[in-house]
Amino acid sequence: MAKKTATDDLLAPVTLAVGQEDLLLDRAVAEVVAAARAADADTDVRDLAPEALQPGTLAELVSPSLFAERKVIVVRNSQDLSADTIKDVKAYLGAPAEEITLVLLHAGGAKGKGLLDAARKAGAREVACPKMTKPADRLAFVREEFRTAGRSATPEACQSLVDAIGSDLRELASACSQLAADVDGTIDDAVVARYYTGRAEATGFEVADLAVTGRAVEALERLRWALAVGQPLPGITFALASGVRSIGKLATAPRGARPADLARELGMPPWKIDRVRQQMRGWSGDGVAAALRAVAEADAAVKGAAADPAYALEKAVVTIARAARSRG
Amino acid sequence: MPVWDDLVGQGPVVESLTAAARDADAFVTAVASGEAPSSATSKMTHAWLFTGPPGSGRATAARAFAAALQCVSPDRALGGVPGCGFCDGCHTTLVGTHADVEVVATDQLSIGVKDTRDLVRRSSLSPAGGRWQVIVLQDADRLTEGAGNVLLKAVEEPAPRTVWLLCAPSVEDVLPTIRSRCRLLTLRTPPVDAVADVLVRRDGIEPELAAVVARATQGHIDRARRLATDERARARRAAVLRLPLQLGDIGGCLKAAQTLVDSATEDAKQVAEEVDAKETEELRAALGAASGAGRRMPRGTAGVMKELADRQKRRSTRTQRDTLDLALTDLAGFYRDVLAVQLGTAAPVANAEVRDAIDRIAASGRPEQTLRRIEAILACREALDGNVAPLLAVEAMTMALRAG
Repeated sequence: MAKKTATDDLLAPVTLAVGQEDLLLDRAVAEVVAAARAADADTDVRDLAPEALQPGTLAELVSPSLFAERKVIVVRNSQDLSADTIKDVKAYLGAPAEEITLVLLHAGGAKGKGLLDAARKAGAREVACPKMTKPADRLAFVREEFRTAGRSATPEACQSLVDAIGSDLRELASACSQLAADVDGTIDDAVVARYYTGRAEATGFEVADLAVTGRAVEALERLRWALAVGQPLPGITFALASGVRSIGKLATAPRGARPADLARELGMPPWKIDRVRQQMRGWSGDGVAAALRAVAEADAAVKGAAADPAYALEKAVVTIARAARSRG
Repeated sequence: MPVWDDLVGQGPVVESLTAAARDADAFVTAVASGEAPSSATSKMTHAWLFTGPPGSGRATAARAFAAALQCVSPDRALGGVPGCGFCDGCHTTLVGTHADVEVVATDQLSIGVKDTRDLVRRSSLSPAGGRWQVIVLQDADRLTEGAGNVLLKAVEEPAPRTVWLLCAPSVEDVLPTIRSRCRLLTLRTPPVDAVADVLVRRDGIEPELAAVVARATQGHIDRARRLATDERARARRAAVLRLPLQLGDIGGCLKAAQTLVDSATEDAKQVAEEVDAKETEELRAALGAASGAGRRMPRGTAGVMKELADRQKRRSTRTQRDTLDLALTDLAGFYRDVLAVQLGTAAPVANAEVRDAIDRIAASGRPEQTLRRIEAILACREALDGNVAPLLAVEAMTMALRAG
């Protein structure tokens, strides 16, 4: 397949970068530009927003110049191109000009899909730039960053870096390069802790998971982080309520029922059932009642019934953690 | 049939309203015939506040008074009381088509400043029929604080022929500054027999059924009629009254709460389906879009569509809350019966159809517990009013009901 052979060649006539992660899109562009400059130092780079590419502009740009210089044309947000311009681009895809590298950045998705398909069909080199939503992906990204920089980093160091910086890939990348530049030797937990401390992201669900297993201290700490990073308060009470609720539901469900049946009856995904089973040791019926009432009070408090919603949330978390040890 | 007939068991209120309507009529007649009206002893005034428990007929009273003000019956000249119920003025007011009677009710959570400003502007118009410009504000308790302040001036000194009729459950529900500008009329809960009587007389409901629903709703006329005529309302109420027996364990409590909230959501969805789709389609048509969902809208109309969607969403919240509130009222009534049985009072049991459940719960607990349970239900209503997540609030309540 043409696509396969073209994949490795950075100077393929057409490069397609698909996804919404800005950092990766920029890197894809930078790679192509660097390769082009390496081949010819006088390469002309045109970086165009979709509005800048009017019908006819492309033909003008790709027409041979007097000095036959190399050119890289970058079209950003190509899904937003007007219909007429897309026609131009498609026509060009059929007959790409020599010495010219076209880089199309596309968000993926349904908008402007015709252009995407046409480019793929024409054998464009494709770079995937998806948004990283899973924590594991971000961890892998950090590891890869250190590896590219030729540095070794311990897994704990990578984890605490992700914890401290959060989900912005650009910030993660710059933190990695900063660490690689500033520190000699292996990058470990202590090094990361010297430069980055704290926690950039804490969700209500993390608070709830800690609270319902009775770990009051950790839950309170996580709650403080969640408040500090500006988590919406009703979201936290919602998470607490659903944590306690699922324990109440599962605790009174018939024993020995198959997980799939239970999942359907209780309205929870099957993987969650096992986790809630783990959490539910130590809970008693009265504990669930007390905890739920505390959460309801906190919910009223965060919606304006109390002067200090943070205190109300802390109180609810402590009540839940205490209830989680109410049996035996 | 005089306009006052729909008001059940409100003798003193009807008396003072009739007197006011008579003086108002004398005023209009005097002005029309070019005489100087004698206003010194008039019982009429320009702003009235109707209060009374839900179901006592605040809106009905206000509407009847509005009709009496617009009454053009020839009997008046012969000393008849205004409010005949037959003349043009009475009839059009009662069916809601009178040009000079504006009834303001909202299907949303509150009445905002914007709507109120508009209302104030309209209130200063002269009556088209030459009698009175009457504005009936049915949900004065839903005025936001800002909206209440907008009304102040208009209520204090309206145009010469403008009359404001505000309705609210209690005087605490409106701003003190509004309260002090109105003449207060307090309606009482109509006696059960009177409600049953009016159901039979006016709505043609079987006497036995009328007696049952009148007792079950404890003097709330509209609910009694709804219960007597709507199969679904009866089913929902029956489901709510089964709830106290389902609170054996935590799982039962959670499930009962879920069911209660789900049925309220379902109800809101049903209302939404009936009204929203039609409303949206009408607006689309008005904006000039091709018919059929998903067609492209003309440029610049997205904002209007969004506004409509927001309004529909607020209405849906209100419906859900109202339904839940109704269910909680029924539940409170159930525990009221339990308490009556526990204390051995002579008060008749309202929910006779679940007598055995009442007896069972009464025997298994003490009056203190029942009182705490009623407190929990009231606390839940308050929490819902404070915008607590409905499921969470109801769950906390069922937990409290279980604990007693």
